[in-house]
Amino acid sequence: MADNIRFTLNDTLVEVADLSPMTTLLDWLRDHHGLRGTKEGCAEGDCGACTVVLEREGRRDAINACIVLLGQVDGQSVRTVEGLRGADGGPHPVQTAMAEADATQCGFCTPGFVMSAVAFAGSGGTAEPDAIHDALAGNLCRCTGYRPIVDAMTRIAGLTVEPPPAAPSRAQSVGFEGAFFAPRSLAEALTLRAEHPDELLLSGGTDLGLLASRARKPPEKLIHLVHVPELTAISTTSDRIAIGAATTYGDAAPTLIEAFPALRPYLSRLGSRQIRNMGTIGGNIGTASPIGDMPPVLLALEASLTLVSKRGTREIPLDEFFLDYRKTALAPDEIIQSLSMPRLWEGETFHCDKVSKRRDQDISTVAGAYRVRIRHGKIEDARLAFGGMAATPRRARAAEAALLKDGFAAAAEAIATDFKPVDDWRGSAAYRLQVAANLLRRLELRLADPQRVLEVESL
Amino acid sequence: MSAKVHKAQRHDSALKHVTGQALYIDDMPEPAGTLHGALVLSTVACGKLLKVDSTVASKMPGVVAVLGPGEIPGKNDVAAIGQNEPLFAVDRIEFAGQTLAMVVAETIDAARAAVEKVVVEIEAEEPILDIATALERKAYVQAPSTVLRGDPDAALASAPYKLTAAFSVGGQEHFYLEGQVAFALPGEDGDITVHSSTQHPTEVQHICARLLGCDFNRVTAVVRRLGGGFGGKESNASWVAAAAAVAANHTGRPVKLRLPREVDMVATGKRHGFDYRYTVGFDGDGRVLALDAVLAADAGWSLDLTPGVVARALTHTDNAYWIPHFRAVGHACRTNKQSNTAFRGFGGPQGVVIMEDALDRIAIHLGRDPVAIRALNFYAEGRDETPYGQTVDENHLARCWAEVKTGGEIERRRAEIDAFNAANPVLKRGLGLFPLKFGISFNLPHMNQAGALVHVYTDGSIRLNHGGTEMGQGLFIKVAQIVAEVFKVDIDRIRPSATSTAEVPNTSPTAASTGTDLNGWAAWEAANTIRQRMVAYAAEHFGVAAADVEFADGTVRIAKPGSNQVLSFGELAKLCWLGRVSLSSTGYYKTPKIHWDPVAMRGRPFFYFSFGAAMAEVAIDTLTGESRVLRADLVQDCGESLNPAIDLGQIEGAFVQGQGWLTCEELWWDAKGRLRTAGPSTYKIPGSRDVPPVFNVRLLDKAPSREATIFRSKAVGEPPLMLATAVWTALKDAIGAAGDRKVAVRLDAPATPERVLAAVEQVRQAGRTASPST
Repeated sequence: MADNIRFTLNDTLVEVADLSPMTTLLDWLRDHHGLRGTKEGCAEGDCGACTVVLEREGRRDAINACIVLLGQVDGQSVRTVEGLRGADGGPHPVQTAMAEADATQCGFCTPGFVMSAVAFAGSGGTAEPDAIHDALAGNLCRCTGYRPIVDAMTRIAGLTVEPPPAAPSRAQSVGFEGAFFAPRSLAEALTLRAEHPDELLLSGGTDLGLLASRARKPPEKLIHLVHVPELTAISTTSDRIAIGAATTYGDAAPTLIEAFPALRPYLSRLGSRQIRNMGTIGGNIGTASPIGDMPPVLLALEASLTLVSKRGTREIPLDEFFLDYRKTALAPDEIIQSLSMPRLWEGETFHCDKVSKRRDQDISTVAGAYRVRIRHGKIEDARLAFGGMAATPRRARAAEAALLKDGFAAAAEAIATDFKPVDDWRGSAAYRLQVAANLLRRLELRLADPQRVLEVESL
Repeated sequence: MSAKVHKAQRHDSALKHVTGQALYIDDMPEPAGTLHGALVLSTVACGKLLKVDSTVASKMPGVVAVLGPGEIPGKNDVAAIGQNEPLFAVDRIEFAGQTLAMVVAETIDAARAAVEKVVVEIEAEEPILDIATALERKAYVQAPSTVLRGDPDAALASAPYKLTAAFSVGGQEHFYLEGQVAFALPGEDGDITVHSSTQHPTEVQHICARLLGCDFNRVTAVVRRLGGGFGGKESNASWVAAAAAVAANHTGRPVKLRLPREVDMVATGKRHGFDYRYTVGFDGDGRVLALDAVLAADAGWSLDLTPGVVARALTHTDNAYWIPHFRAVGHACRTNKQSNTAFRGFGGPQGVVIMEDALDRIAIHLGRDPVAIRALNFYAEGRDETPYGQTVDENHLARCWAEVKTGGEIERRRAEIDAFNAANPVLKRGLGLFPLKFGISFNLPHMNQAGALVHVYTDGSIRLNHGGTEMGQGLFIKVAQIVAEVFKVDIDRIRPSATSTAEVPNTSPTAASTGTDLNGWAAWEAANTIRQRMVAYAAEHFGVAAADVEFADGTVRIAKPGSNQVLSFGELAKLCWLGRVSLSSTGYYKTPKIHWDPVAMRGRPFFYFSFGAAMAEVAIDTLTGESRVLRADLVQDCGESLNPAIDLGQIEGAFVQGQGWLTCEELWWDAKGRLRTAGPSTYKIPGSRDVPPVFNVRLLDKAPSREATIFRSKAVGEPPLMLATAVWTALKDAIGAAGDRKVAVRLDAPATPERVLAAVEQVRQAGRTASPST
């Protein structure tokens, strides 16, 4: 497989030869292709200065070029700040709006904001503050205080933007430099996995990309899963929903929110728009990070995983999948194919919380998710799961039992027997315990009166 | 005729910013042979450096050199004002993040890979990691300094009431989006040109020369723009530039040194965190009679710019309030952490919080309105001398206060908030007001000088250069407006050019909010000198009086009875050249009236004061400690603003930055002294959603500066950062509402959810103790 990486950059087809497919898109743009409008602010996907836009069928997705590997953009269409033009050949209306709103000061973050704004305008963003903040959550500005940027976004909302041109797609499996494998079928993916059991699986790469960008030590080989159709399928029935493991958060969100409305604000705080456009649910589970936002939710929802290998498939409940800090039950030849969870039954309700230092794009200090079944005013069943409280996301089994037996106050007290969290920069152990207990108090109030305003963000 | 000043004018680079065409140092084309540097840092906070072995590293592919103290031809010292702050550690390790060596290689990846192969041995010792320990051990970077007036001990002893309290505020990472970077290009005879993202080109020049062991005239520092500075590139940019210069000198090749974010955050200094302890005496009306305060700054491991920061904290402890008997003692504590440095406000923000804390406590103690108590203590006629001896002769406090209260509809909202709090056990809202008086000028009088260089070409186009650096604050456009005003030409005729020590020498840093005040006047002087020459020549040439030569709208009118003549500005320039008139001039300015005795801590350090007021409303969640700013109303004195659009941007940006300092931005070192919040994933600056959804900002109208500032404008860079203090006060108000408002709230900053929740628990606990019936 001696293919070269090919993609469209600013309407021109480019082909990359003799370069590691693990090179980040940002490094390639700046150091190999001479386009230096896209900036490196942090190299960890958190500041947005490197934002570029992936143009896909009928949509424009902002992504962080710093943590995207070149192999990942093969067959895609990328637009950078240099590729923006207005109808008259001058600056793009988004660029004009930003300049006219006095939305630039030092200007270093600006190209990233412009690209997030282009993605926003190009996907029907509305002038609602919430929609604008969602679109900007992955971009940091240290000069302006954001007000003029938000003003510019308000101006460009609803702007008529031409649909993106078709990207040069690639139908066949491909491998670059004998190192970056991008299978297009599950069978090929499993064969590769069996042949390379020690190599990393790339499924979005919002975590893995940091090896290349920040640590400058990209993996020697990897298997890129997002082009495998069997891994990105979403299927729903009247009682279950199943989501392919390589589905991005962005693509999975509508299905998840439809089934569990409490996830709407929660998912909008998971990473940023850029992260959700790349990061996948299976990837988040596979890394088994103790602070991933999604695992507590999936634990509470009684999710199970379908693991697949050439040997066959098996189902495993999620709470048996996480073994220890960043350790899972995935066998070396297995891939997470999908995860599924039952819909809420009659009498069941689902809620979730995330507490962090900053509202947007922060990692939770504590995340809590709760599925509770109430019948005739009595709690019959409860699954309470927390992140940030232990080496892995975990259910609070003592609290669950106490809740059924003695109610919320007892459940809150039991949190201290369920968890022994650590002190770190996100919060002390004592704070985590107190917040987890208090979140159960919030849940009690919520269940008593679903209309009640209980969060500062709702004011 | 349209004026060029006092009007909104877009940032001169705005279109280049949005199109990605504005070049930062890392974007500059690299000449063939360019090398890249990467730094070897200590991971130990304190100890004896036993060995730095680069045998393996220097043989790695692509590595050209590994530089340590032995490769520095001059003096291994990058101190800005002190000494013994080595570029590469010699035998002592003073903080985790200290630079030990630098690898220079063909590519950045080769350099970074080799860094990991440098073998470092350190005999670790117990570090000092907090202010309290440093105070206990009297570990200081300089002797304590004191601002004293009257007899605070006697006044406190006889005061009807007194209170003692303690609290602390954390430091703050600058988080300029463009990290520290320098690009050094060797020239003939060992000359060197350094492109540096610095606020202080002259210091870059000096420190490069010091390390290279050469005359200043061999080094040129050039700065077109910074991707943000905020004080973080005042002294810290110098050592980055010096490292690049030493490497370029050593290898004879261009060398770029750009610090990755994590390296930048662990190696460079930050805003100083402070611990406070004070006793305040007051009467039954809430009038402050005396203050005795101790301010202990975390200086980090070395002096850096700490003396100025402590001095500014001490001269801003009074803030807006007249305090007849006053003592403020400033300690500069030496800890094994990054050497803390300038950060927007430069100690001012850490000074002004003390009285805000004290006045809230007084109000609670007396059961009175904290807003009224503040106004009662404002500087006013007859109560107008600061503790350090400067008179507050222009005073907009009462005006700003009234405007912010009216604009913020304080009475209606206070009632609304109280009703909300009565009805809501979980969420609580709070209101906080803050008045500001901030002194403008560098505390050291000699730094208050500036130079400019203006050329008029024979087509009438004008090239402008001055000592100030453009870091997003709009300095270049403001100074261009001033020059356009002098010549009465369109702003497009003025071409601002990169700051360079080769064009305007011996400059001060662009800091202390003084960029426009100083460089604006210097440019005015330069332009006016040329204008006067042009007028004189035109008068002579056309045979009219000088008064009959009038510049307007890009033209020059010669009023001659019966035969008025109009030339374009360019035509007159050409005419002057033909008449052998110099069309180039330097300009120079020094701030008048200022003087300062740094030992007695008395004098007139500030040319003038800037005023402002803020009102903020917040909500807190008493279950999680999460908070949100719901609204902010600000009034800021900008004198007669040169450019209201630019000033508005400075006010809004500074406020949000101050809000970050006081709320979500938390620096966290582990028990070994390693900074663990060393990237945006762990260090959280405000995002767009954190900006108050209702954000009303007004420039104080019709308030031309009383002093002879440039076009009667006032500085704006730093003062509005302090307006965010209102957020902290509002948080305390909301926390108080979780109790019965009978006990004062201690809320250390940053007020993270964890600290807010702890404060809520504290007031509830106190409430339970105070009233056994509950």
